[in-house]
Amino acid sequence: MLNKKSKAALTDPLMNNNPITLQVLGICSALAVTVKMDTAVVMTLAVIAVMSVSNTVIALLRNLIPSKVRIIVQLAVIASLVILTDQVLKAFMYDISKQLSVFVGLIITNCIVMGRAEAFAMQNGPWRSFLDGFGNALGYGMILIAVAFFRELLGSGTLFGFQMIPDALYAAGYENMGIMVLSPGAFIILGLIVWVQRIAANIEED
Amino acid sequence: MRSNSYTLGFTASVTIVLGFLLSLAASALKEQQDLNVQIDKKKNILRSLDFAPSEESPWTPETVQTIFDDYISSIVLDPNGTIVSNTTADDIQDGAALHPVFIKTMNGVVDGYAIPISGKGLWSTLYGYFAVESDGATAKGITFYKHGETPGLGGEVEKPWFQNNYKGKRFIDGDGNLIGIQSIKGAVDASDDEAYHKVDGISGATMTTKGLNQFLLDDLKIYEPFFQRIRAGERVN
Repeated sequence: MLNKKSKAALTDPLMNNNPITLQVLGICSALAVTVKMDTAVVMTLAVIAVMSVSNTVIALLRNLIPSKVRIIVQLAVIASLVILTDQVLKAFMYDISKQLSVFVGLIITNCIVMGRAEAFAMQNGPWRSFLDGFGNALGYGMILIAVAFFRELLGSGTLFGFQMIPDALYAAGYENMGIMVLSPGAFIILGLIVWVQRIAANIEED
Repeated sequence: MRSNSYTLGFTASVTIVLGFLLSLAASALKEQQDLNVQIDKKKNILRSLDFAPSEESPWTPETVQTIFDDYISSIVLDPNGTIVSNTTADDIQDGAALHPVFIKTMNGVVDGYAIPISGKGLWSTLYGYFAVESDGATAKGITFYKHGETPGLGGEVEKPWFQNNYKGKRFIDGDGNLIGIQSIKGAVDASDDEAYHKVDGISGATMTTKGLNQFLLDDLKIYEPFFQRIRAGERVN
Protein backbone atom coordinates (compact mmCIF):
# COMPACT_ATOMS: atom_id res chain seq x y z
CA MET A 1 0.00 0.00 0.00
CA LEU A 2 2.86 2.36 0.81
CA ASN A 3 5.71 2.75 -1.62
CA LYS A 4 9.15 3.55 -0.34
CA LYS A 5 8.87 7.32 -0.46
CA SER A 6 5.48 7.39 1.27
CA LYS A 7 6.79 5.07 3.94
CA ALA A 8 9.75 7.36 4.51
CA ALA A 9 7.39 10.35 4.84
CA LEU A 10 5.57 8.50 7.61
CA THR A 11 8.44 6.86 9.50
CA ASP A 12 11.36 9.29 9.19
CA PRO A 13 9.93 11.79 11.66
CA LEU A 14 9.39 9.05 14.23
CA MET A 15 13.07 8.34 14.70
CA ASN A 16 15.71 9.56 12.25
CA ASN A 17 14.26 13.02 11.80
CA ASN A 18 12.13 13.49 14.91
CA PRO A 19 10.80 17.07 15.08
CA ILE A 20 11.47 17.50 18.80
CA THR A 21 14.65 15.59 19.49
CA LEU A 22 16.46 16.28 16.20
CA GLN A 23 14.96 19.44 14.79
CA VAL A 24 14.26 20.77 18.32
CA LEU A 25 10.91 22.29 17.29
CA GLY A 26 7.79 22.55 19.43
CA ILE A 27 9.63 22.59 22.75
CA CYS A 28 7.31 25.14 24.37
CA SER A 29 4.26 22.90 24.43
CA ALA A 30 6.40 19.87 25.23
CA LEU A 31 7.18 21.56 28.55
CA ALA A 32 3.71 22.86 29.27
CA VAL A 33 1.38 19.91 28.75
CA THR A 34 3.55 17.06 30.03
CA VAL A 35 2.84 17.22 33.76
CA LYS A 36 0.24 14.50 33.33
CA MET A 37 -0.29 11.68 30.84
CA ASP A 38 -3.90 12.50 29.97
CA THR A 39 -3.14 16.07 28.85
CA ALA A 40 -0.14 14.85 26.84
CA VAL A 41 -2.24 12.20 25.08
CA VAL A 42 -5.05 14.62 24.23
CA MET A 43 -2.52 17.20 23.03
CA THR A 44 -0.94 14.52 20.83
CA LEU A 45 -4.32 13.63 19.32
CA ALA A 46 -5.08 17.31 18.74
CA VAL A 47 -1.75 17.88 16.96
CA ILE A 48 -2.20 14.70 14.88
CA ALA A 49 -5.65 15.89 13.80
CA VAL A 50 -4.47 19.39 12.95
CA MET A 51 -1.29 18.34 11.11
CA SER A 52 -2.77 15.50 9.05
CA VAL A 53 -5.62 17.68 7.84
CA SER A 54 -3.60 20.87 7.35
CA ASN A 55 -0.93 19.07 5.31
CA THR A 56 -3.62 17.39 3.17
CA VAL A 57 -5.51 20.64 2.55
CA ILE A 58 -2.33 22.57 1.71
CA ALA A 59 -1.21 19.80 -0.65
CA LEU A 60 -4.58 19.88 -2.43
CA LEU A 61 -4.35 23.64 -2.83
CA ARG A 62 -0.62 23.74 -3.56
CA ASN A 63 -0.99 24.49 -7.26
CA LEU A 64 -3.64 27.14 -6.67
CA ILE A 65 -1.98 29.08 -3.84
CA PRO A 66 -0.27 32.25 -5.17
CA SER A 67 3.32 32.14 -3.94
CA LYS A 68 3.16 35.75 -2.73
CA VAL A 69 0.58 34.89 -0.07
CA ARG A 70 1.36 31.23 0.55
CA ILE A 71 2.47 31.66 4.16
CA ILE A 72 -0.65 33.55 5.17
CA VAL A 73 -2.86 31.00 3.41
CA GLN A 74 -1.09 28.19 5.28
CA LEU A 75 -1.55 30.10 8.49
CA ALA A 76 -5.25 30.66 7.82
CA VAL A 77 -5.84 26.96 7.17
CA ILE A 78 -3.87 25.89 10.25
CA ALA A 79 -5.46 28.51 12.52
CA SER A 80 -8.96 27.48 11.42
CA LEU A 81 -8.22 23.83 12.16
CA VAL A 82 -6.79 24.69 15.56
CA ILE A 83 -9.83 26.77 16.51
CA LEU A 84 -12.06 23.94 15.35
CA THR A 85 -10.12 21.45 17.51
CA ASP A 86 -10.34 23.77 20.49
CA GLN A 87 -14.10 24.16 20.05
CA VAL A 88 -14.60 20.40 19.80
CA LEU A 89 -12.53 19.81 22.95
CA LYS A 90 -14.49 22.47 24.83
CA ALA A 91 -17.73 20.79 23.82
CA PHE A 92 -16.85 17.15 24.42
CA MET A 93 -13.80 16.98 26.74
CA TYR A 94 -14.34 20.02 28.93
CA ASP A 95 -12.17 19.02 31.89
CA ILE A 96 -9.17 18.19 29.73
CA SER A 97 -9.63 21.31 27.65
CA LYS A 98 -9.56 23.36 30.84
CA GLN A 99 -6.21 21.84 31.76
CA LEU A 100 -4.78 22.32 28.28
CA SER A 101 -6.08 25.92 28.39
CA VAL A 102 -4.14 28.11 25.98
CA PHE A 103 -1.90 25.35 24.67
CA VAL A 104 -4.43 24.01 22.18
CA GLY A 105 -4.65 27.51 20.72
CA LEU A 106 -0.88 27.68 20.69
CA ILE A 107 -0.67 24.71 18.30
CA ILE A 108 -0.92 27.50 15.70
CA THR A 109 2.49 28.77 16.75
CA ASN A 110 4.00 25.29 16.87
CA CYS A 111 6.77 25.51 14.28
CA ILE A 112 6.33 21.87 13.31
CA VAL A 113 2.88 22.46 11.82
CA MET A 114 3.76 25.36 9.56
CA GLY A 115 7.20 23.96 8.90
CA ARG A 116 5.74 20.79 7.39
CA ALA A 117 3.14 22.72 5.41
CA GLU A 118 5.80 24.95 3.87
CA ALA A 119 8.58 22.41 3.49
CA PHE A 120 6.62 19.32 2.46
CA ALA A 121 2.96 19.85 1.58
CA MET A 122 3.70 22.66 -0.88
CA GLN A 123 5.78 20.24 -2.99
CA ASN A 124 4.04 16.89 -2.57
CA GLY A 125 0.70 15.27 -3.27
CA PRO A 126 -2.11 15.05 -0.69
CA TRP A 127 -1.63 11.37 0.24
CA ARG A 128 2.06 11.68 0.92
CA SER A 129 1.56 15.02 2.68
CA PHE A 130 -1.07 13.42 4.88
CA LEU A 131 1.43 10.71 5.86
CA ASP A 132 4.11 13.31 6.48
CA GLY A 133 1.81 15.36 8.70
CA PHE A 134 0.62 12.27 10.56
CA GLY A 135 4.20 11.01 11.00
CA ASN A 136 5.56 14.31 12.27
CA ALA A 137 2.66 14.77 14.69
CA LEU A 138 3.18 11.23 15.94
CA GLY A 139 6.92 11.81 16.32
CA TYR A 140 6.11 14.92 18.32
CA GLY A 141 3.47 13.10 20.36
CA MET A 142 5.71 10.14 21.18
CA ILE A 143 8.23 12.42 22.82
CA LEU A 144 5.46 14.33 24.57
CA ILE A 145 4.03 11.13 26.01
CA ALA A 146 7.48 9.83 26.97
CA VAL A 147 8.24 13.07 28.85
CA ALA A 148 4.81 13.00 30.50
CA PHE A 149 5.31 9.36 31.52
CA PHE A 150 8.44 10.16 33.54
CA ARG A 151 7.14 13.48 34.87
CA GLU A 152 3.87 12.05 36.16
CA LEU A 153 5.46 8.88 37.52
CA LEU A 154 8.33 10.62 39.31
CA GLY A 155 6.54 13.88 40.14
CA SER A 156 3.14 12.65 41.30
CA GLY A 157 3.64 8.88 41.64
CA THR A 158 0.70 8.27 39.29
CA LEU A 159 -0.04 7.42 35.64
CA PHE A 160 -3.30 8.69 34.10
CA GLY A 161 -4.18 9.65 37.68
CA PHE A 162 -3.87 6.09 39.04
CA GLN A 163 -1.38 5.57 41.84
CA MET A 164 1.67 3.64 40.69
CA ILE A 165 4.06 3.95 43.61
CA PRO A 166 2.94 1.53 46.37
CA ASP A 167 2.06 3.03 49.76
CA ALA A 168 4.74 0.85 51.34
CA LEU A 169 7.42 2.78 49.48
CA TYR A 170 6.07 6.12 50.76
CA ALA A 171 5.99 4.63 54.26
CA ALA A 172 9.66 3.72 53.81
CA GLY A 173 10.50 7.38 53.21
CA TYR A 174 10.13 7.71 49.43
CA GLU A 175 9.02 11.15 48.27
CA ASN A 176 7.72 12.44 44.94
CA MET A 177 10.19 14.64 43.11
CA GLY A 178 8.64 18.10 43.21
CA ILE A 179 10.92 19.38 40.45
CA MET A 180 9.29 17.01 37.95
CA VAL A 181 5.98 18.88 38.26
CA LEU A 182 7.70 22.16 37.36
CA SER A 183 9.18 23.14 34.00
CA PRO A 184 12.82 22.34 34.87
CA GLY A 185 11.76 18.71 35.28
CA ALA A 186 10.62 18.69 31.66
CA PHE A 187 13.93 20.18 30.52
CA ILE A 188 15.89 17.49 32.31
CA ILE A 189 13.77 14.62 30.96
CA LEU A 190 13.74 16.10 27.47
CA GLY A 191 17.51 16.56 27.51
CA LEU A 192 18.01 12.94 28.54
CA ILE A 193 15.61 11.73 25.84
CA VAL A 194 17.42 13.78 23.16
CA TRP A 195 20.71 12.28 24.30
CA VAL A 196 19.48 8.67 24.31
CA GLN A 197 17.64 9.13 21.03
CA ARG A 198 20.66 10.59 19.26
CA ILE A 199 22.79 7.68 20.36
CA ALA A 200 20.09 5.20 19.29
CA ALA A 201 19.63 6.88 15.90
CA ASN A 202 23.41 7.03 15.47
CA ILE A 203 23.55 10.76 14.81
CA GLU A 204 27.01 12.27 14.27
CA GLU A 205 27.43 15.74 15.70
CA ASP A 206 29.12 18.27 13.43
CA MET B 1 3.69 34.84 -11.25
CA ARG B 2 -0.07 35.10 -10.74
CA SER B 3 -1.93 38.33 -11.35
CA ASN B 4 -2.90 40.55 -8.44
CA SER B 5 -6.58 40.02 -9.05
CA TYR B 6 -6.10 36.24 -8.87
CA THR B 7 -4.26 36.63 -5.57
CA LEU B 8 -7.00 38.86 -4.17
CA GLY B 9 -9.72 36.54 -5.38
CA PHE B 10 -7.98 33.50 -3.94
CA THR B 11 -7.42 35.00 -0.50
CA ALA B 12 -11.00 36.30 -0.42
CA SER B 13 -12.44 32.87 -1.18
CA VAL B 14 -10.18 31.15 1.36
CA THR B 15 -11.30 33.65 3.99
CA ILE B 16 -14.96 33.20 3.18
CA VAL B 17 -14.82 29.40 3.15
CA LEU B 18 -12.83 29.15 6.40
CA GLY B 19 -14.92 31.83 8.09
CA PHE B 20 -18.11 30.01 7.14
CA LEU B 21 -16.83 26.66 8.45
CA LEU B 22 -15.69 28.17 11.76
CA SER B 23 -18.91 30.04 12.44
CA LEU B 24 -20.85 26.91 11.59
CA ALA B 25 -18.82 24.88 14.10
CA ALA B 26 -18.99 27.59 16.77
CA SER B 27 -22.77 27.92 16.62
CA ALA B 28 -23.32 24.16 16.40
CA LEU B 29 -21.21 23.48 19.51
CA LYS B 30 -22.23 26.52 21.55
CA GLU B 31 -25.06 24.84 23.41
CA GLN B 32 -22.90 21.91 24.52
CA GLN B 33 -20.08 24.25 25.62
CA ASP B 34 -22.40 26.47 27.65
CA LEU B 35 -23.82 23.39 29.31
CA ASN B 36 -20.28 22.25 30.24
CA VAL B 37 -19.54 25.62 31.84
CA GLN B 38 -22.77 25.48 33.83
CA ILE B 39 -22.09 21.93 35.04
CA ASP B 40 -18.53 22.87 35.99
CA LYS B 41 -19.81 25.75 38.14
CA LYS B 42 -22.36 23.47 39.77
CA LYS B 43 -19.65 20.91 40.51
CA ASN B 44 -17.67 23.62 42.28
CA ILE B 45 -20.65 24.82 44.29
CA LEU B 46 -21.27 21.21 45.37
CA ARG B 47 -17.61 20.65 46.22
CA SER B 48 -17.41 23.81 48.31
CA LEU B 49 -20.48 22.57 50.20
CA ASP B 50 -18.80 19.27 51.09
CA PHE B 51 -20.22 17.04 48.38
CA ALA B 52 -17.73 14.67 46.77
CA PRO B 53 -17.94 12.14 43.97
CA SER B 54 -17.44 8.52 45.01
CA GLU B 55 -16.76 5.18 43.33
CA GLU B 56 -20.47 4.28 43.39
CA SER B 57 -21.69 7.66 42.20
CA PRO B 58 -19.11 9.37 40.02
CA TRP B 59 -19.93 12.87 38.83
CA THR B 60 -21.34 12.92 35.35
CA PRO B 61 -23.25 15.91 33.94
CA GLU B 62 -26.51 14.09 34.76
CA THR B 63 -25.68 13.15 38.36
CA VAL B 64 -24.30 16.62 39.09
CA GLN B 65 -27.56 18.11 37.86
CA THR B 66 -29.59 15.67 39.96
CA ILE B 67 -27.62 16.29 43.16
CA PHE B 68 -27.79 20.02 42.55
CA ASP B 69 -31.56 19.95 42.02
CA ASP B 70 -32.11 17.75 45.09
CA TYR B 71 -30.06 19.64 47.68
CA ILE B 72 -29.28 23.14 46.45
CA SER B 73 -31.60 26.11 46.23
CA SER B 74 -30.63 29.69 45.63
CA ILE B 75 -31.70 33.13 46.77
CA VAL B 76 -30.59 36.54 45.54
CA LEU B 77 -29.50 39.51 47.63
CA ASP B 78 -29.60 43.16 46.60
CA PRO B 79 -26.60 45.43 47.43
CA ASN B 80 -28.04 46.07 50.92
CA GLY B 81 -28.14 42.37 51.66
CA THR B 82 -31.93 42.17 51.49
CA ILE B 83 -33.40 39.06 49.88
CA VAL B 84 -35.02 39.79 46.53
CA SER B 85 -38.23 37.79 46.54
CA ASN B 86 -39.09 35.22 43.88
CA THR B 87 -35.67 35.39 42.25
CA THR B 88 -33.08 32.64 41.88
CA ALA B 89 -29.44 32.70 40.81
CA ASP B 90 -30.49 31.76 37.26
CA ASP B 91 -32.42 35.02 36.91
CA ILE B 92 -29.40 37.28 37.52
CA GLN B 93 -28.45 39.17 34.36
CA ASP B 94 -24.83 39.97 33.60
CA GLY B 95 -23.80 43.26 35.17
CA ALA B 96 -26.69 43.42 37.63
CA ALA B 97 -25.71 44.43 41.17
CA LEU B 98 -27.28 41.31 42.63
CA HIS B 99 -25.55 38.59 44.60
CA PRO B 100 -26.58 34.93 44.64
CA VAL B 101 -26.42 32.63 47.68
CA PHE B 102 -26.61 28.88 47.13
CA ILE B 103 -28.19 27.09 50.06
CA LYS B 104 -27.59 23.43 50.85
CA THR B 105 -30.54 21.81 52.60
CA MET B 106 -30.29 18.27 54.02
CA ASN B 107 -33.52 16.71 55.36
CA GLY B 108 -35.15 20.11 55.67
CA VAL B 109 -32.26 21.63 57.66
CA VAL B 110 -29.91 24.26 56.19
CA ASP B 111 -26.40 22.82 56.06
CA GLY B 112 -24.44 25.69 54.53
CA TYR B 113 -24.32 28.63 52.16
CA ALA B 114 -22.06 29.03 49.10
CA ILE B 115 -21.22 32.43 47.64
CA PRO B 116 -19.26 33.25 44.49
CA ILE B 117 -15.84 34.83 45.04
CA SER B 118 -13.53 36.37 42.47
CA GLY B 119 -10.59 38.73 42.31
CA LYS B 120 -7.05 39.29 41.16
CA GLY B 121 -4.22 36.96 42.07
CA LEU B 122 -0.82 37.51 40.50
CA TRP B 123 -1.42 36.96 36.78
CA SER B 124 -5.12 36.45 36.51
CA THR B 125 -8.56 36.81 37.98
CA LEU B 126 -9.52 33.81 40.10
CA TYR B 127 -13.11 32.61 40.18
CA GLY B 128 -14.50 30.27 42.79
CA TYR B 129 -16.97 29.62 45.55
CA PHE B 130 -16.68 30.04 49.30
CA ALA B 131 -19.01 28.06 51.51
CA VAL B 132 -20.12 29.02 55.01
CA GLU B 133 -21.53 26.73 57.71
CA SER B 134 -25.12 27.25 58.82
CA ASP B 135 -23.85 29.34 61.78
CA GLY B 136 -22.93 32.13 59.33
CA ALA B 137 -19.41 32.51 60.77
CA THR B 138 -17.41 29.37 59.97
CA ALA B 139 -15.88 28.40 56.63
CA LYS B 140 -17.20 25.15 55.16
CA GLY B 141 -15.07 25.04 52.02
CA ILE B 142 -13.52 26.94 49.17
CA THR B 143 -13.06 26.02 45.49
CA PHE B 144 -11.77 27.63 42.31
CA TYR B 145 -13.06 26.81 38.85
CA LYS B 146 -11.09 29.26 36.77
CA HIS B 147 -7.70 30.91 37.18
CA GLY B 148 -4.47 31.51 35.29
CA GLU B 149 -1.95 31.30 38.12
CA THR B 150 1.35 29.44 37.70
CA PRO B 151 0.87 25.67 38.00
CA GLY B 152 2.71 24.35 41.05
CA LEU B 153 2.90 27.81 42.69
CA GLY B 154 -0.21 30.02 42.70
CA GLY B 155 -2.04 27.23 40.89
CA GLU B 156 -1.93 25.25 44.16
CA VAL B 157 -5.05 27.17 45.24
CA GLU B 158 -7.05 24.56 43.34
CA LYS B 159 -5.48 21.68 45.27
CA PRO B 160 -7.32 19.91 48.12
CA TRP B 161 -4.43 20.35 50.60
CA PHE B 162 -4.81 24.11 50.41
CA GLN B 163 -8.60 24.22 50.23
CA ASN B 164 -9.07 21.78 53.12
CA ASN B 165 -7.23 24.18 55.43
CA TYR B 166 -10.14 26.59 55.20
CA LYS B 167 -12.62 24.13 56.65
CA GLY B 168 -13.60 25.10 60.19
CA LYS B 169 -11.81 28.47 60.17
CA ARG B 170 -13.86 31.46 61.39
CA PHE B 171 -14.03 34.76 59.53
CA ILE B 172 -15.71 36.59 62.45
CA ASP B 173 -13.72 37.64 65.52
CA GLY B 174 -14.84 37.36 69.15
CA ASP B 175 -16.62 40.75 69.04
CA GLY B 176 -18.66 39.78 65.98
CA ASN B 177 -16.60 41.81 63.50
CA LEU B 178 -15.76 40.55 60.03
CA ILE B 179 -12.01 39.85 59.73
CA GLY B 180 -11.88 37.38 56.85
CA ILE B 181 -9.51 34.43 56.61
CA GLN B 182 -5.85 35.04 55.97
CA SER B 183 -3.50 32.71 54.19
CA ILE B 184 -0.21 33.48 55.92
CA LYS B 185 3.46 32.91 55.15
CA GLY B 186 4.46 29.42 56.25
CA ALA B 187 2.43 27.15 58.49
CA VAL B 188 -0.08 28.26 61.11
CA ASP B 189 1.07 27.92 64.71
CA ALA B 190 -1.80 26.12 66.45
CA SER B 191 -1.04 27.83 69.78
CA ASP B 192 -1.51 31.28 68.20
CA ASP B 193 -4.67 33.00 69.56
CA GLU B 194 -5.36 34.22 66.04
CA ALA B 195 -5.07 30.77 64.44
CA TYR B 196 -8.85 30.55 64.05
CA HIS B 197 -8.77 32.90 61.02
CA LYS B 198 -5.42 31.84 59.52
CA VAL B 199 -4.49 29.10 57.07
CA ASP B 200 -1.14 27.76 55.82
CA GLY B 201 0.21 29.73 52.89
CA ILE B 202 1.65 28.45 49.63
CA SER B 203 5.39 28.84 49.25
CA GLY B 204 6.23 30.71 46.08
CA ALA B 205 2.76 32.16 45.79
CA THR B 206 2.81 35.19 48.08
CA MET B 207 1.13 37.48 45.56
CA THR B 208 -1.61 34.99 44.71
CA THR B 209 -2.51 34.39 48.35
CA LYS B 210 -2.33 38.12 49.16
CA GLY B 211 -4.85 38.73 46.39
CA LEU B 212 -6.98 35.86 47.62
CA ASN B 213 -7.02 37.19 51.21
CA GLN B 214 -8.13 40.57 49.93
CA PHE B 215 -10.87 39.55 47.53
CA LEU B 216 -12.23 36.94 49.94
CA LEU B 217 -12.61 39.70 52.53
CA ASP B 218 -14.14 42.08 49.98
CA ASP B 219 -16.67 39.50 48.84
CA LEU B 220 -17.53 38.56 52.42
CA LYS B 221 -18.19 42.26 53.12
CA ILE B 222 -20.85 42.24 50.40
CA TYR B 223 -22.58 39.34 52.11
CA GLU B 224 -21.93 40.49 55.70
CA PRO B 225 -25.41 42.01 56.24
CA PHE B 226 -26.92 38.68 55.23
CA PHE B 227 -24.63 36.57 57.42
CA GLN B 228 -25.18 38.97 60.32
CA ARG B 229 -28.88 38.14 60.19
CA ILE B 230 -28.05 34.42 59.90
CA ARG B 231 -25.87 34.68 63.02
CA ALA B 232 -28.74 36.51 64.77
CA GLY B 233 -30.94 33.50 64.13
CA GLU B 234 -32.83 34.35 60.92
CA ARG B 235 -33.75 31.31 58.86
CA VAL B 236 -34.04 31.24 55.08
CA ASN B 237 -35.55 28.35 53.22
